[in-house]
Amino acid sequence: MSDTIQLPRWIDVGVLPLMNLVLAFLISGLVVMAIGEDPTEVVRIMLYGAFGYEEAVGYTLYYTTNFVFTGLAFAVAFHAGLFNIGVEGQAYIGGLGVTLAALYLNWIPAPLMPVVSILAAALFGAAWAYIPAYLQARRGSHVVITTIMFNFIASSLMVYLLVNVLRPQGSMTPESAAIDENLTLPYIHDMAGWFGFDMTSSPLNFSFVYAIACCVLVWLFIWHTRWGYAIRTVGANAAAATFAGIEPGRYIILAMMISGGLGGFMALNEVMGVQHRLLIDFTAGYGFVGIAVALMGRNHPFGIFLSALLFGMLYQGGAELSFEIPTITNDMVVVIQGLVILCTGALEHMFRPRVTRIYTAWRLRQRAQEAA
Amino acid sequence: MDNFQMVVLLLDATMRTSTPLILAALAGMFSERAGTINLALEGMMLGGAFSAACVAYYTDSHWLGLGAAVLTTMALSLLHGFACITHKGNQVVSGMAINILMSGLTALVGIALFAQGGKTPALDHDARFQPITLPGADAVADVPILGSLYSELISGHNILVYVAFLAVPASWWILYRTRFGLRLRAVGENPGAVDTAGISVVGMRYKSVLCSGFLVGISGAYLSTAQGASFLSDMTAGKGYIALAAMVFGKWRPFPAMFACILFGFLDAAATRLQGVVLPGIGEVPVQLVQALPYILTVILLAGFIGRAVAPKSLGRPYVKER
Repeated sequence: MSDTIQLPRWIDVGVLPLMNLVLAFLISGLVVMAIGEDPTEVVRIMLYGAFGYEEAVGYTLYYTTNFVFTGLAFAVAFHAGLFNIGVEGQAYIGGLGVTLAALYLNWIPAPLMPVVSILAAALFGAAWAYIPAYLQARRGSHVVITTIMFNFIASSLMVYLLVNVLRPQGSMTPESAAIDENLTLPYIHDMAGWFGFDMTSSPLNFSFVYAIACCVLVWLFIWHTRWGYAIRTVGANAAAATFAGIEPGRYIILAMMISGGLGGFMALNEVMGVQHRLLIDFTAGYGFVGIAVALMGRNHPFGIFLSALLFGMLYQGGAELSFEIPTITNDMVVVIQGLVILCTGALEHMFRPRVTRIYTAWRLRQRAQEAA
Repeated sequence: MDNFQMVVLLLDATMRTSTPLILAALAGMFSERAGTINLALEGMMLGGAFSAACVAYYTDSHWLGLGAAVLTTMALSLLHGFACITHKGNQVVSGMAINILMSGLTALVGIALFAQGGKTPALDHDARFQPITLPGADAVADVPILGSLYSELISGHNILVYVAFLAVPASWWILYRTRFGLRLRAVGENPGAVDTAGISVVGMRYKSVLCSGFLVGISGAYLSTAQGASFLSDMTAGKGYIALAAMVFGKWRPFPAMFACILFGFLDAAATRLQGVVLPGIGEVPVQLVQALPYILTVILLAGFIGRAVAPKSLGRPYVKER
C-alpha cells in the first residue's frame, strides 16, 4: 500500500459520494425501465415537481426540514461511534412531548410557545434515547439492537396513548385533539406576509429556520466545544479517550441524548408546524432516512443539509410523480431511498480502491513529468 | 374441557405464528455466528414472500414459489455479502438499505404486475401449502387429552411448519457437530485464527450468509403461500426484527432461539385473542403492551438482568488481512 497516495479532500467528500449517488440513480433508472416507464420523463416530472413552481419549492423545503433534523440526530451519535437506529422512535416520543406541552401548557403566552415546544421535543426525545444510551454505556448492551427494540416499544406505546388516552371523547380516529392555532408555529408564507412579501401558501414553517440554526449549532458543538471534541475522541478510539482522561460512558450518554433531542425536533415541523395534532405514525420513516442523509452528508452539518435537500426533492418530486404516472407510486421513492442508502452507505468503499489507483497513477506521472 | 380446548387452540396458533420467526431467527444465527450482522431479515422475508406469491400464482405450484423465494433471498444475501464482506461496508447500513429497498420494490413491482394496490391475486388451492394430516391423527382424535393434542396441535399443519421445527436440531447439528459449523463459528469469533489455518474467511462468510438467505426464504414463502393466500404490502410487519430479537434472546443458539420464537409467537397469538378481554384481578390488558413485550423482554435480557447475551466476538467487524 506504500505506493498509493492519500486521496485529496475534494475527491474524498466530493467525487466519491457523487459516484455512489450516480450509481444509485442509474439503478433506479433501470427499475423505472423494468416497470415499463421512461426514466428521462420521470426525471423531468420529478425536477418540475420539486422546483417547478413556488408551492413545490415550499413542499420540498418542508420535507428537507424533517431530514435535516433526523440526519443531524444520526450524525451526532455517529461521531461518538454509535449507530442510533432509534431516531424514528425518538422523534415519535418527541411528538408526544410537543403535543402534551401544547395541549396542557396552553396557558403559556403564545410568543413563548415555540421555546416551550422546542424544550419539550428535546426533553422527550432525549429521554427516550437515554435508556439505550445508559444500557450501552453502563451495561454493554448493543445500542443498535436496543434502539430497534425501542422503536417498536415507542410505536406500541403511542398507539396505546392515542387510542386510550389522548383521543378526544366521541372521536373515532386515533389522534390527539387539535392544538390551538394561536400556539402553533407560523408558516413561512405568513412570516413573509408580516414583511409585506407575497408567497404562495405551503406547509413550510418556522421549523425550517430552526433546522438551519441547528445545523450551525451542531457544527459548533461537534468541532468547537470541549464536549464535541470528547465525543469525537470516544468515537475514534474509546481506549485512547480513556487514556486521555475522557470517560467514554459519559460521552456516549451525552451524544445519544443530544441525538434523541435532535430527532425529537422533527416533531416540531410535523406536529407544531403542519398537522397541528398528534397523528399515528407521523414519523413515517423519516428517522430511518436520516441514516442515509447523514451518511451521504459525511456526518457534517453542511453535507447533511445538502443531502436533506436531495431527499426533500425526491419526496416532493415523487409525490408529483405518483400523481402524473399512475403505475409509479410513492414506493418508487422508497426504492430510490433504499438504493441511495445501499450505494452511498453500505457500498461506500466500492469505488475507493479504483479511484485511489487512478489518482495515484496520475500523480506519479505528473511528478515524473515535473522531474523531467 | 372447554378451557383445555381453548389452550390447545392457542398453542396451535402459536405454532403457526412462531414458524416464520424460527426460520428467520435461525437464518440470522447462521449469518451472525460467522460475524455478519443481518438486519436485513425483515426485507429478505418480504422479498421472499413476494416472489413466492408471484411465482406460485403464475405457475400454480407452491413448490416453485418456494424455490423462487429461496432464490430471491439468497440473491439478496449475496448483495448483503457483497457490501459487507467484499467491500467491508457497514453491516447495519446494508441491512437497513435492503429492508427499505424491498419494502418499496415489492410494492412497486406488485402494482406494476397486478394493479391491485401492491397485493398479489389470491392463490388457488394448488398454489398454497395445504395442511397435512399426520399418520394416525384421525384414529387417535377421540382419545382424551393426548389424542386431541396429537391430532389438533401436532398434526394438521402445512409442511413448512414441520420444516421450521426440524430446522432447529438440523441447525444445531450443523453448527456444533460438523467441520463446516466449527469453521463458521470460528470465523465469527476469531477470523485471524481461521485464516492462519488456511481457510478463506471471505468464503466462509459468504457461505454463512447464503445459509441465512436459504432459511429466511422459506419463512417468506410461508407467510404468503402457507399462512396467507397472497402477498400484501409490508406483510412482514416487523417479524424480521422480532426474529432478530428472538435470536439475541436465545443468545445466538438454536434451541434457546426456538424457545424465544415460541414465546414471542405465543404473545402474538395471545394478543389477538386478548383484545378487549378483562382478566380477573388485572383488568383489561392493553393489547399494545402484549405486542411490545417481546421487545421489552429482549431489552431487559440485553441489559443483563436475565443471564448474559454475549454476541460472537467479531460480529460486525469486517475481516482485514494483515499485510
